[in-house]
Amino acid sequence: MQVIIAEDISKKYIIDHQKAARKSHTLRDTFSEKIKHFFGKGEQDEVEQEEFWALRDVNFTVNQGDRVGIIGHNGAGKSTLLKILSKITEPTGGKVKIKGRVASLLEVGTGFHPELTGRENIFLNGAILGMKRQEIKNAFDSIVDFAGVEKFLDTPVKRYSSGMYVRLGFAISAHLSPEILIIDEVLAVGDADFQKKCLGKMRDVSESGRTILFVSHNLAAVKSLCNRAFYFEHGKLKMQGDTTHVVNNYLSHVAKTNLQHFWETPEEGPGTDEIRFRSVKIDPEYQDSKLYIDVRTPVRVHIEFWNLADRADLNLSLHLYAFTGECIFNVGTASQSFEKGLVSATLEVPGNFLNDGSYVISIMVVKDTSTVLFQLPDALSFEVEDHREGVTWYGKWPGYVRPQLNFQISQSEVLV
Amino acid sequence: MAYSDEIVIEAGHGAKNYWRDLWKNRELLWILSRRDLSVRYKQTVIGAGWAVIRPFATMAVMVFVFSMVGKFRGDAGIPYPLMVLAGITIWNFFSSTFTQISHSILLNSNLVTKTYFPRLIMPLSSVVVGFVDFFISIALFALISVWFRHTPGWQIILFPAFLVLTLLASLAFGLIFAVMNVRFRDIAQLIPFLVQIGFYACPIAYSSSLVEANHDVWWYDLYYLNPMVSIIDGFKWCLLGDGAFFKVSSLYSTMGLIAVMLTISIYYFRKEENSFVDYI
Repeated sequence: MQVIIAEDISKKYIIDHQKAARKSHTLRDTFSEKIKHFFGKGEQDEVEQEEFWALRDVNFTVNQGDRVGIIGHNGAGKSTLLKILSKITEPTGGKVKIKGRVASLLEVGTGFHPELTGRENIFLNGAILGMKRQEIKNAFDSIVDFAGVEKFLDTPVKRYSSGMYVRLGFAISAHLSPEILIIDEVLAVGDADFQKKCLGKMRDVSESGRTILFVSHNLAAVKSLCNRAFYFEHGKLKMQGDTTHVVNNYLSHVAKTNLQHFWETPEEGPGTDEIRFRSVKIDPEYQDSKLYIDVRTPVRVHIEFWNLADRADLNLSLHLYAFTGECIFNVGTASQSFEKGLVSATLEVPGNFLNDGSYVISIMVVKDTSTVLFQLPDALSFEVEDHREGVTWYGKWPGYVRPQLNFQISQSEVLV
Repeated sequence: MAYSDEIVIEAGHGAKNYWRDLWKNRELLWILSRRDLSVRYKQTVIGAGWAVIRPFATMAVMVFVFSMVGKFRGDAGIPYPLMVLAGITIWNFFSSTFTQISHSILLNSNLVTKTYFPRLIMPLSSVVVGFVDFFISIALFALISVWFRHTPGWQIILFPAFLVLTLLASLAFGLIFAVMNVRFRDIAQLIPFLVQIGFYACPIAYSSSLVEANHDVWWYDLYYLNPMVSIIDGFKWCLLGDGAFFKVSSLYSTMGLIAVMLTISIYYFRKEENSFVDYI
């Protein structure tokens, strides 16, 4: 049975360019515009307005019991779609038919009041999410148990740690019993243990025949939980179907981030009078005929530059940074004497080394092992996607690196 | 699984079962009211005592200024402090519910952007704080009446009617302001100013009989156009008896005005409520 039928839904926002920095208008602005308009002066200094379609002609159906993962870049329209489905905002055009009670969980702990105690907030939050008082009472003990906050039930939530806050928020939502559950990025918060608990709970929910719409950037979680996926891009539903298929397609689009640069002549290349870059390039050795880098993929970094000085002692130094700015490693070549001409270098980063995430490479040319001649700060960037085999845990794998070290386990003695 | 209902989401349609939804969400209304109440006096030492102290202190100041410095008098047979207190009590109720309603959407912006429920719940739940303060002030009024050996007349049975009328008036004006407040933050600046003007434009420190005495002044009709004038006069008459000045005919036009305003503001609120999230 089809529980959600979306026909041509669109959502348009108007963006003011002149006042982009200000959140809301003031009456004075409106009046002065009206007055200018009245005197016919409006035309030239009118605010430049641009239409922005957050969603455009989106069609889909969802069947009862489907677990639909919704993926796409930030700003692709995923959250707008969820807001329309949960009636928070109206579509500009189109129509959605929904059968059954919808509960949306757009943010864990929505409507918590910091001054109220945990107990009071359970009832408040439950009521906001549409639960009846009796339903909340029945679920109360399991909520408290799931969140692990027994001791702090009568403490105002403003004194809670952020972890407790999130756990309590999720526990309440997880005990809702709607026919359709809409979830946005719950897994972005909380520690690995908690994420595992959340995913387990969501799987329970779906096994009882409910329909789940799940937005997440955690593709491993989407793959493990969902049987179908929607891939949104620039407000359009670009692809829908089987999760693995859609996720792989999405990944091969994402991966083409910034894998190479090439400069024809020394004049164009970045550098100084002494050296100029010719090319920088990442050359992945894709696994399983996939078109994106995952944690198993070995990656080669090729660098070429012109040495413009007659003779110089040069070496290269390469920094690899995580997207968050921490340096993961810094490696350097040996210093060597070069004649005028092209110099090339290759670095091999093995597979099963970097963890999943976004990385940025910066490259330095060093003279006489002491003077930095030139630095190319964001020379290259790339994404490493997750890949797991033989595990049933899909939380974010911690750490910057994910090496496969020799870690042996065996039974050393059997107790009889 | 039993499917409770089928909904259709479409542009400009709103929810078709709006009033039914509102009724279904009455528990939320109740719990949001309780939230506002229990948060109200958190981390204060005097707590609900503030609801007593504020009208009492205002009365004391006004009695000093208008009765001792300027020589204002109450209507015949009515002690001036008692008249002032009656006026302040109902005015405070109006101004606090009006202010709360006007701010109700903004104060709950986290709910507006994250969940759906009929938005009227927010202004409706915000008035409860005003009610509680009002009943505390009425208790204060009763105590002071005993001190002045004043007993109310038969009119006291109309007390609930005036209370409801005041509530409707604050909804009639508050809802429009609540909607405008979402888009124009100027409203937040305007409200305290309006309340301050209202305090002097309404018969609180003085009796409408003073206005009636200058029947032919040009602003006479303007004075009675203010719906709170006849409500306050009526409320004072209800508490203080026949001695208090009350022009009953003025109440009819007020009721008409409130009915029209309330219809317009509910219509406006319903029309705009789905776009709150886009502007908040």
